[in-house]
Amino acid sequence: MKISVIITLKKDVLDPQGKVIHQALDGMGFNDVNEVRQGKYFEIDTKETNPKKAKDKVEEMCKKLLANLVIENYKIIDAQ
Amino acid sequence: MKSAVITFPGSNCDRDMDVALKKFGFNNKMVWHQDVELPKSDLVVLPGGFSYGDYLRCGSMASKSKIMQSVINFANSGGMVMGICNGFQILVESGLVPGVLLRNKYLEFICKNVYVKISNKDNSYFKNISNNILELHIAHNEGNYFCTKDQLKEIEDNAQIAINYCDREGKIEEPFNPNGSIKNIAGIFNKEKNVLGMMPHPERMIDPSLSGDDGSIFFKNLINNLK
Repeated sequence: MKISVIITLKKDVLDPQGKVIHQALDGMGFNDVNEVRQGKYFEIDTKETNPKKAKDKVEEMCKKLLANLVIENYKIIDAQ
Repeated sequence: MKSAVITFPGSNCDRDMDVALKKFGFNNKMVWHQDVELPKSDLVVLPGGFSYGDYLRCGSMASKSKIMQSVINFANSGGMVMGICNGFQILVESGLVPGVLLRNKYLEFICKNVYVKISNKDNSYFKNISNNILELHIAHNEGNYFCTKDQLKEIEDNAQIAINYCDREGKIEEPFNPNGSIKNIAGIFNKEKNVLGMMPHPERMIDPSLSGDDGSIFFKNLINNLK
């Protein structure tokens, strides 16, 4: 079973990379962008076949390693 | 006095730290990250470098390596643990000190000498130190100290700020903040003050003919405090 996770920076954490990407987009003529925030995406292929159990395991992985909860939020986006 | 320096894959200041500790009288042992037990030590050092290639987040992979459980137990039982640069990042990732180190505000790798002011001398690291201001070297890409408002309040209430970036006279102001750290924080303690994480490298300032001597002041004082 494959599970995807998106990690994003929390709202009040400065994201200098997102800012620079925003500036670059602006310079390229994409003038209607309000803000860019950069994040991370993970695909986890697990042996677990029960979606609920797999999701719980991935949530534990997020809390223990994949995300740093001081600055980041995680979102488990799908299980298939 | 016995010390131990942990080497992770990608550490690159481990030997400098070994040289510095030995120069000022420590009997130092190098410890590999896959070892399980720490040798008997009065001080454990997590050195600078790029452990695990800075994958995921700086210090995050190293904080889960085998030896770290022993380091965490050692720290929780009152043992002195010092993390320099990447070592500081490993300390925050392992939860031994609060907060996190973000990418530098202006996205530059910073490599230069800075001045830091010692904010708290009521601990085994800085007790009796003759100087209030030290000139030390920094070299990092992720040294922008960040914590939540609640954490900052707790850190300030418990006097956990160890050193702040400042100018030659000790003025702690924004122009002397190299990386965007909250309150110019360059180093912090855990609540009990036995764990110290800091971005500057004292081990790079132990020879006046090569760099400077303020690291010597730090190490000489440290070993005297431990005796």
